[in-house]
Amino acid sequence: MDDIAIRFSGVTKRFRRGERHDSIRDLLPALARRLLGRGASPAPDEREFIALNNIDLEVRQGETLGVIGHNGAGKSTMLKHFAGIMTPTEGRIEVRGRLSALIEVGAGFHPDLTGRENVFLSGVILGMSRAEVARKFDTIVDFAGLAPFIDTPVKRYSSGMFARLGFAVAAHLEPDILVIDEVLSVGDFMFQQKSLQKMREIAHGGATVVFVSHNLKAVSDLCRRTVLLDRGAIVADGPSGEVIRTYLGREHAKMQRPRTVDVEITAVALLRHGVEAVQFRSGDEAEVRIDFIARKDTEKVAIVLAVLDEGLENVFYTSTDALPNSPAMDLAAGESCTITFNLKLHLATATFHLGVYLHCTDIDRVFDQAVPAATFFVTTDPEVRGSANLYPSVRSIERKRSSRPADSAGERVASEPQARFAGQEAAS
Amino acid sequence: MTRPSHTAFHQTLELLLMITSREIMIRYKQSVMGFLWAFLMPALVILAGLVVRLVMSRLAGMPLATDALAAMVVKALPWAFFVSAIRLSTNSLTSNSNLVTRARCPRIVFPLSSVLSALFDLAVAAVPLCVVLALINVPLTLQLLWVVPLLLLLVALVSGLGIALATANLFYRDVKYIVEVFLMFAIFFTPVLFETSMLGPWRNWVLLNPMAPLLEGLYAAVVVGRAPDLAWVAYSAVVTVTITIAAWLLFRRLEPTFADNI
Repeated sequence: MDDIAIRFSGVTKRFRRGERHDSIRDLLPALARRLLGRGASPAPDEREFIALNNIDLEVRQGETLGVIGHNGAGKSTMLKHFAGIMTPTEGRIEVRGRLSALIEVGAGFHPDLTGRENVFLSGVILGMSRAEVARKFDTIVDFAGLAPFIDTPVKRYSSGMFARLGFAVAAHLEPDILVIDEVLSVGDFMFQQKSLQKMREIAHGGATVVFVSHNLKAVSDLCRRTVLLDRGAIVADGPSGEVIRTYLGREHAKMQRPRTVDVEITAVALLRHGVEAVQFRSGDEAEVRIDFIARKDTEKVAIVLAVLDEGLENVFYTSTDALPNSPAMDLAAGESCTITFNLKLHLATATFHLGVYLHCTDIDRVFDQAVPAATFFVTTDPEVRGSANLYPSVRSIERKRSSRPADSAGERVASEPQARFAGQEAAS
Repeated sequence: MTRPSHTAFHQTLELLLMITSREIMIRYKQSVMGFLWAFLMPALVILAGLVVRLVMSRLAGMPLATDALAAMVVKALPWAFFVSAIRLSTNSLTSNSNLVTRARCPRIVFPLSSVLSALFDLAVAAVPLCVVLALINVPLTLQLLWVVPLLLLLVALVSGLGIALATANLFYRDVKYIVEVFLMFAIFFTPVLFETSMLGPWRNWVLLNPMAPLLEGLYAAVVVGRAPDLAWVAYSAVVTVTITIAAWLLFRRLEPTFADNI
């Protein structure tokens, strides 16, 4: 039992809602009414909102735990309990070790103070000692990439710079337990990758990490274990891939579809080697299995399979019309059918969705559609961004030095970009 | 894994100093007048008192003694400290609501840092005060040592009140308006611009105000060169300790619900 970092036992959090007095001006008349016995207040349970409902959870030391769920499921409340900012109405929370919570980047930053002053301020607020901040100061500023602006008041910073500095301070806390909210969504893509890398380092360094996020890809990258919250209760707890699949399945099931369909999609599954999966490596073979059923006699049914990016734009689609071995089908009422596609996922690092459409080849009528029908993540090695993986490699680098000294400025401009690309390649 | 508790205490202390220096830096950075602000408030109090006392002495047909000026100067500074410390600490939790709901840190540092930053202003203003006192030749006696315990009591009293009012203002936002009204009228019930000796039979009533024996004590020790009225200072100390302990208990009891109610 000694390796438990955080233990929730029967944690329940109730909030009062409705009648709440936040000024004496409101309180006095309400008290007077109550004393006079008029305006009977509603039953207590009607005025309560249960944000967390009897949560039991143990997080082992060194574990990386993801917490997911849709808006209002209780994620933020749970995080504030992890962090000790809120206390439960019932139940107990035990925390062993030095805990740092990063709920908002740049919390405690003051706009009129310089970057330097804010680093110290925020570092101490987050739980470092002054000496510790002083020791790590240069590393923090380097990580944020803000050395030239460190003595500028942060009110002159762009929001990206502000967020980068905030994350940089938090990333250098070295706590035993790190509790973080959606902080990986700050900055540009490069900085996000850097932040994610830093988080991995913290996790690999033996720290316990609790990560609350909407970014399922980041959760699946970073956390081995994930819990799914719904209406304040844990509804799934296990390996991240499985829990994320459960979550996406529930979300997809909620989608409204026209009920008056002649042919209906009943299930869409994404598999690798016959097992359902959400996490793929670029180039993996995937199978998409689609079950559908005809409610009426239908002719010439074709199936369109699409892969969409996060913005639901098509990056790829195909139809059974266009593929060999798949003639348009005539179905009798009540007939069910399963079709399995093979795909090679030559995709870049990103989140993708599957879209499935059933339509009639003759009159171009859509019978049924499921978009997104499933969601999956792709990772690439080396890092490739965009939509497709074109498997890049560097074949050669030629550098030419001019012998004329007058040209030296021009030569530096010309050769620098190449050198920087080479450096990045080596870093990743 | 678990670290000794003196580290936690040390951490709180560092945070307190950090937040205090933030308050001071912001106050002095934002204003053109900078350090002059620390003098302005007590100077205005002294000026107002001077006008009142001059009119009174003219009516009574007696000249205004330099002692009277020295008395007002000595008491106006702690009074200005009292007013600004109470005002700042009442708002300290609500103005830092971002940190109260999003950062894991001991919240007691917010009201306390307000008191400390007001104390800093007092220290700044004390420099010209000493010059003025030297110019009007106040006696240099051992009684001056009374200043230390009296100021400590003053800081404790202000901290206790500040913690309680900050907590109250977190739950009921109009507490700060009530505090403003209270601060405006309090100068009539506190011997800042007058001495209690001028009040005759009403003297003891005014001394019931726990601030009064402290200010009178400072006046006695610095200007007159005599020990304060120990019985009344003891009374003030008892009230101060009671208020501070009660405020601390209230704060400790309600702190877990701050994030829910702010």
